[in-house]
Amino acid sequence: MDTCLLAGRIMIESGSEMARAEDTIMRIATNSGFPNAQVFSTVTGIIMSIPDKKNAQVTSVSRRNIDLEKVSWVNRLSRNYADHKITLEEFFGQLQTLDNAVPYFPFWLQVIGAALVSGPLMAIFCNNFYDIGLTSVIGAIGFAIYYIINKYLNIKFISEFFASLLIGILAVLTVRLGMGHSVDDIIIGSVMPLVPGVPLTNAVRDILNGHFVSGPARGIEALLTAAAIGFGIAFVFRFF
Amino acid sequence: MIMIIKIFFAFIATIGFGIIINIPHRALVVAGLIGVVAWLIYWGLFSLDLGLALSNLVAAVAIGILSDVSARKMKMPMLIFNIPSLVPLVPGGQAYQMIRTLALGETAQGVHFLTQVIEITGSIAIGFLIAELLNKLWKNLKVQRTVN
Repeated sequence: MDTCLLAGRIMIESGSEMARAEDTIMRIATNSGFPNAQVFSTVTGIIMSIPDKKNAQVTSVSRRNIDLEKVSWVNRLSRNYADHKITLEEFFGQLQTLDNAVPYFPFWLQVIGAALVSGPLMAIFCNNFYDIGLTSVIGAIGFAIYYIINKYLNIKFISEFFASLLIGILAVLTVRLGMGHSVDDIIIGSVMPLVPGVPLTNAVRDILNGHFVSGPARGIEALLTAAAIGFGIAFVFRFF
Repeated sequence: MIMIIKIFFAFIATIGFGIIINIPHRALVVAGLIGVVAWLIYWGLFSLDLGLALSNLVAAVAIGILSDVSARKMKMPMLIFNIPSLVPLVPGGQAYQMIRTLALGETAQGVHFLTQVIEITGSIAIGFLIAELLNKLWKNLKVQRTVN
């Protein structure tokens, strides 16, 4: 049961959809000999019980960050367990190490990823090939700021707000200094790494699967993120 | 020429987003390819004057089906391929214009862009729904065939 809950918690924390997390928990329980286990999960916690035993267990999901590598690892481990390649104890131990593991891609590579997202996307969206370099740099800076503030403050929306505020200011400044051509295009591109793609997709999929508690909750998460980014940009337009 | 550069850029942007959300490195290239296909479909249909909604819808269906296929081939969760390849379709430009015009007090323009954003996101969501439906149908067909 601990294994089930830990697996479920890691999956929800790392940004999996609810159906997959519940499915994985049920599969682990079935393979451990409890096919009639009951799971109730939301974005903030999981409740699980096995009917033959009287007590149920709860685990809360307090932090949320996006790390799809972990989701796929839990998936693979549970497959291995189903094929009897690993025992329950090994499974639990590997989950614990996974829970404490550092992300596979280091910080600088993620910043480069942000640069790769912002520049090329700007060119696709706006047909502007002149500002690609500048947009990449500003997008990378914005993402780095977001990451650092998020690490220390742990309030996602504030870090997004400051990141987009900074992106706006940088875009206006560089264009005023004559380095860039179009403020609009630079901002569009640089903001892209912050876009809430995962919560949005998960919200849609959760609602489709009938998780009417988690789906809208995720949708609100996505909406708040978008609003934070929008406020940051709107701020810039008010004062510059 | 510009076309080739754009295809390349769609590939790079998808991979970049994949790095940000930390998908397994084996899946990066596949996700990038799905992103390119989706963007090509969107762009092709859009330049045929079929409208924003339809082109986004078809592209989203393509993403859904392709990611399901590759998820089963590579034995990884589907959303690893789903999310990064969605990136070239995101209505970033329209969302930005909406914020800008609203912040500057041009409400009518802002509402115009807002409806566009809703149109695009809605059609992407419906596209995923259709893809899910097709995948389930396909699975059921397969099961029936093996039973018979």
